[in-house]
Amino acid sequence: MIVQDNIPFAIRHFAPAQLREALRKMHLIRLFEEGAEESYMRGLIHGTMHLSIGQEASAVATCMELTDADKITSTHRGHGHCIAKGADVGRMFAEFFGKETGYCHGRGGSMHIADVKTGNLGANGIVGGGLPIAVGAALTAKRLGRDDVTVCFFGDGANNEGAFHEALNMAAIWKLPVIFVCENNKYGMSTPATYATAVPNIADRAAAYSMPGVTVDGNDFSAVAEALHIAIARARAGEGPSLVENLTYRWRGHSKSDRNRYRTKDEIEDWMSRDPIARFRAELIAHGVLDAAGAEAVEAEAKQAVADGVEFAKASPAPGIADVTKFVHAEEAA
Amino acid sequence: MNAQTQITEVTPSGETREMSYAEAIRDAMAIALDRDPTVVLMGEDIGTYGGAFQVTLDLIDRYGPDRVMDTPISELGGAGVAVGAALTGLKPIFEFQFSDFAALAMEQIVNQAAKLRYMLGGEAAVPVVFRMPAGSGTGAAAQHSQSFEAWFGHVPGLKVVQPSTPEDAKGLLLAALADPDPVIVFEHKLLYKMKGQVPTGYYTTPIGKAAIRRTGSDVTIVASAIMVHRALEAAAKLAEEGIEVEVIDLRSVRPIDRDTIIASVKKTGKLLCVYEGVRTLGVGAEISALIAESEAFDYLDAPIQRLGGAEAPIPYNPDLERAAVPQKADIETVARRLAKGEV
Ligand SMILES: Cc1ncc(C[n+]2csc(CCOP(=O)(O)OP(=O)(O)O)c2C)c(N)n1
Ligand SMILES: [Mg+2]
Repeated sequence: MIVQDNIPFAIRHFAPAQLREALRKMHLIRLFEEGAEESYMRGLIHGTMHLSIGQEASAVATCMELTDADKITSTHRGHGHCIAKGADVGRMFAEFFGKETGYCHGRGGSMHIADVKTGNLGANGIVGGGLPIAVGAALTAKRLGRDDVTVCFFGDGANNEGAFHEALNMAAIWKLPVIFVCENNKYGMSTPATYATAVPNIADRAAAYSMPGVTVDGNDFSAVAEALHIAIARARAGEGPSLVENLTYRWRGHSKSDRNRYRTKDEIEDWMSRDPIARFRAELIAHGVLDAAGAEAVEAEAKQAVADGVEFAKASPAPGIADVTKFVHAEEAA
Repeated sequence: MNAQTQITEVTPSGETREMSYAEAIRDAMAIALDRDPTVVLMGEDIGTYGGAFQVTLDLIDRYGPDRVMDTPISELGGAGVAVGAALTGLKPIFEFQFSDFAALAMEQIVNQAAKLRYMLGGEAAVPVVFRMPAGSGTGAAAQHSQSFEAWFGHVPGLKVVQPSTPEDAKGLLLAALADPDPVIVFEHKLLYKMKGQVPTGYYTTPIGKAAIRRTGSDVTIVASAIMVHRALEAAAKLAEEGIEVEVIDLRSVRPIDRDTIIASVKKTGKLLCVYEGVRTLGVGAEISALIAESEAFDYLDAPIQRLGGAEAPIPYNPDLERAAVPQKADIETVARRLAKGEV
């Protein structure tokens, strides 16, 4: 007999099917990004990419209670957010391969991946670009009397942009249903958060805007899910915004051109030993949500989705050159 | 190789060394840091990381964090700190990681830096340099590929340069630093690895002077940054057909070298402007207008032609991305038609 108090929030709060789906999405993010890396090496993807491997719990746990009506704004490191919010990896690969079937019809690539239909208003090439946009989305919900909320993902680096401060202030004075989720992975590119930010925790900034701010272990699925549960409830109840800081770590370099001169191998290895997926998977098994074979099956499903996605993307057509100015404005009536 | 296509200008000092465009910029910054204790470098990830394009590279090891300052990700504030420091005695070289992010700092560049001297009746100066990696061709899509030279060129109080060679990258940066007013230096990302002979030691390349990179009598092409190289390639091809193209490297958008352009158009009677920024209201519009207003107008044998960026953001798909800005083949086609009187 398990003592109720020792059961993590997520296990108590979500149905087994939801937890299984969460694990599938975490594997899917990891495998998708590994697939994207491989495709990049093979020349199927060009430009650059920002991988979130190591940060999967933050993306998936944050989006657990969101519906398609709820919105997110994402970042340059946005593949995980996109998958967590419900996107199809085939259309994501297609976008990365520059294909017409991609979510942005080949115009945006990795840095602008979006899926407006599932409420993902888009990754962003501009650090901090999504912060005021999220506040605007929350304003819409409030004005139109809807109960949907907006989750705004941003990094530790973004909290030093003016847009961050302006956005939090407006969200607070207008009591808007927005949750600011900082994925603090210790660095903005090469710059340590401890150097660039005047307060020890990004969540400390919340006090300046009269909103609750909490810092949680971002590699602990349940801790993130619980913090978001509280913040979302507050937002839906019309009580205003919150700031949640998920402490996590990216295993890969900042982008494809990072020499990793600013961090040690030891630090990277230490964080790799705190794999959020292995941890969540072990937790699900320990609490009897899944057995080992069930977990294997979940991972295999994700693997298959990635393989199918790559094939779909490869087989898809590229946009026509003549359409270079398509989508600049609304289509003109014929 | 035709001597006329030789890009390096022989300089009086004689001593040169082969350097990449990025190395030449770094060399200029090192010389500036050595020569003048008030020079500081500021920017995101310019220290240990060495800059997004590895331009500052090891300068942090050589000059330390007090002179090679990593800023937080705060473009508006960072640019403003550079403006305030310039106003009071430092000479900051502020690096935007991509020129696109200067959009976040427009307030400090356009409303403050550009106008302080004027608004204060000449009692103040803002000798700041903004370095901006610009241009498309890297697959980085709409928010990391823009060409803003016309934006900044529209602002009195700013000077705007676009070096196309390693030699000019160094000389124009040192000139920008020596200038008493704010200067924007657009560095083309696709040129960072380009090699060329660069004079050693201190020298400046005058701001406001275009360079004739190839002489010819049939058509004048005025181009800037990477477009200079595409124009030179097109010119070499057209020479095989007996069409002699004169290629002018604009180098400076503001001030613009009217005299060089006017003299060339009077000689050839035909003008093609090639630039990467969006075609409408771009640098080529200004060049066309200055010819239309000048004595060169009477010498024109054909309508002025412009090749510029598409009326669209830069797309991600590589084929679309190439189609969005002038390529060598486009330049060749239009210059040929101009030369043959087909436009
Ligand atoms: C306005 C702006 N400034 C700088 C950049 C370049 N850049 C892209 S991501 C990044 C670091 C962002 O750090 P953080 O917010 O912590 O997110 P992380 O990359 O760690 O996920 C920088 C400097 C940018 N894209 N936009
Ligand atoms: Mg970060």
